[in-house]
Amino acid sequence: VITEPSRTGPSPERVWTEPFVRMAPPLTERTRAYWTGGARGELLIARCESCATYVHPPRPVCPRCASPAVTPTAVSGRGTVHAYTVSAYQWVATMPPPYVVAEVELAEQPGLLVLSNVVGADPAEVRVGLPVEVRFVPTGDAHVPVFVPSATGT
Amino acid sequence: MTALERSAVISGIGLSQVGRRLNRDPWALMAEAALDALDDAGLDRADVDGVSTYPGPSWSTPGITGGGADDLRALLGLSLRWYAGGGETPGQLGSVVTAAAAVAAGLATHVLCFRCVHESSVQAQAGGRASVMDQSRDTSGGDGDRDEVQVATEQRQWTAPYGAGYPCFGGLALQRYMHDSGATREQIAQIAVVARANAAGNPHAVYRTPLGVDDYLAARIVSDPLCIYDCDVPVDGAVAFVVSRAASGAVDRSRCVSFEAVGTASGFDEAAAMMWSRTDLGPADVGVAQLYDGFSVYALRWLEALGFCGRNEGAAFVEGGHRIARGGELPVNTGGGQLSAGRLHGYGGLYEACLQLRGRGGDRQVHPVPEVAVATSGAEHFTSSLLLGAPR
Repeated sequence: VITEPSRTGPSPERVWTEPFVRMAPPLTERTRAYWTGGARGELLIARCESCATYVHPPRPVCPRCASPAVTPTAVSGRGTVHAYTVSAYQWVATMPPPYVVAEVELAEQPGLLVLSNVVGADPAEVRVGLPVEVRFVPTGDAHVPVFVPSATGT
Repeated sequence: MTALERSAVISGIGLSQVGRRLNRDPWALMAEAALDALDDAGLDRADVDGVSTYPGPSWSTPGITGGGADDLRALLGLSLRWYAGGGETPGQLGSVVTAAAAVAAGLATHVLCFRCVHESSVQAQAGGRASVMDQSRDTSGGDGDRDEVQVATEQRQWTAPYGAGYPCFGGLALQRYMHDSGATREQIAQIAVVARANAAGNPHAVYRTPLGVDDYLAARIVSDPLCIYDCDVPVDGAVAFVVSRAASGAVDRSRCVSFEAVGTASGFDEAAAMMWSRTDLGPADVGVAQLYDGFSVYALRWLEALGFCGRNEGAAFVEGGHRIARGGELPVNTGGGQLSAGRLHGYGGLYEACLQLRGRGGDRQVHPVPEVAVATSGAEHFTSSLLLGAPR
């Protein structure tokens, strides 16, 4: 388990810029933390304070122990590619293919998967187990978490 | 066989016109299939006292449903004692299990089950499937300016920011499956290739021209490694069944398909295990398998879950296509599956299973006529599996 103190200031090195505008996620009570933590350079994942289980997508009750004490918690932003696919279709008007859609398994917990994109990599070089780390794409009111190949590994 | 399975039978099966871009009123398709099923069962509209459907009057994407249970009631002037319709059920065929449960519980005697889709026409009218997906953005607050950041709907909140269309999930599942199993695309191809060969014998299938492994390997990639032939085909059409009380004197038991066991647990493996736990029959007794193939990889997972081969052995099992061909040890998707016959969404597979068990498969009939068939629906956490018996 990797533990890292919560970052407090802006973290410009974690901003990812790209030549197109993504579709923004709606911000709701359940999801706002996940989509906006990137403004401070933080990937915030819901975590149960009672049994320390991470849960994603975020929910207000822990599925393991049923505790309501679930809180957005900063994680390392590191993980590995669990599965990936290269979309050849343009499913969103503003997002030109090809791009890599991936399930990233976060380092904090086995099986803790987030759906995202692997960016900044040749799609041909993406593989299962590839170490990746988070970046954030400012999109409307959100900072959309994406992942780049990790320079140092996990 | 437990109480639910003993108490209900499939007394009639019905199919509407099925095709691409029919541009027909979906209610007309629903009625066509329902009346066909009633005619097949030898029943009249006045005999029907229940309706069950998946997924009800509205659901996820345009054209995914043609109407709900109450729509069919109004269409056919039915007097109902019980009805149900909705998307939250174990696989599309969960709606048929629900009907059998209602019959077993004495709530109804003859339940019309139906599934209607008109995705092909709706998508064509919208300018393609991607256009339909793009309409999921929430434009209620904007003035349509293309430079504005578009906000996705809550339904698409986890996928739209990443450009993840539904086939991307098929791509993810297939990629991870190939990683775990060592399966090759040549092996995976057999699900589509055998289905297409079977579709040649099905006059209702939408794609019937021969497909070879080379065609598969050269096909357009949708979401790598998923190609166009790994994806089922949006169509317009409706399927209906009559689920009747087994003891009803109104049905001819020599034509009725029996429920041997149902599995409604969430997950490929769990649904299959539940089904086998409710019967003394086993995989070796199955004469024909209709496996849900919304994406080809799902059919492989069902093969494994049902115990026809081990986990991650599905691709090796189908290699060369001989085992799953019509004359093979386990004929699979004998009507062409959703890959070639069209996305009738689980109901098409059950229809084909019933045809085969009644020996009415025509040019695609499995010989000898199977005594036992399995029909599965759904994938991942949305699953059901039905074991069915020939009339006797």
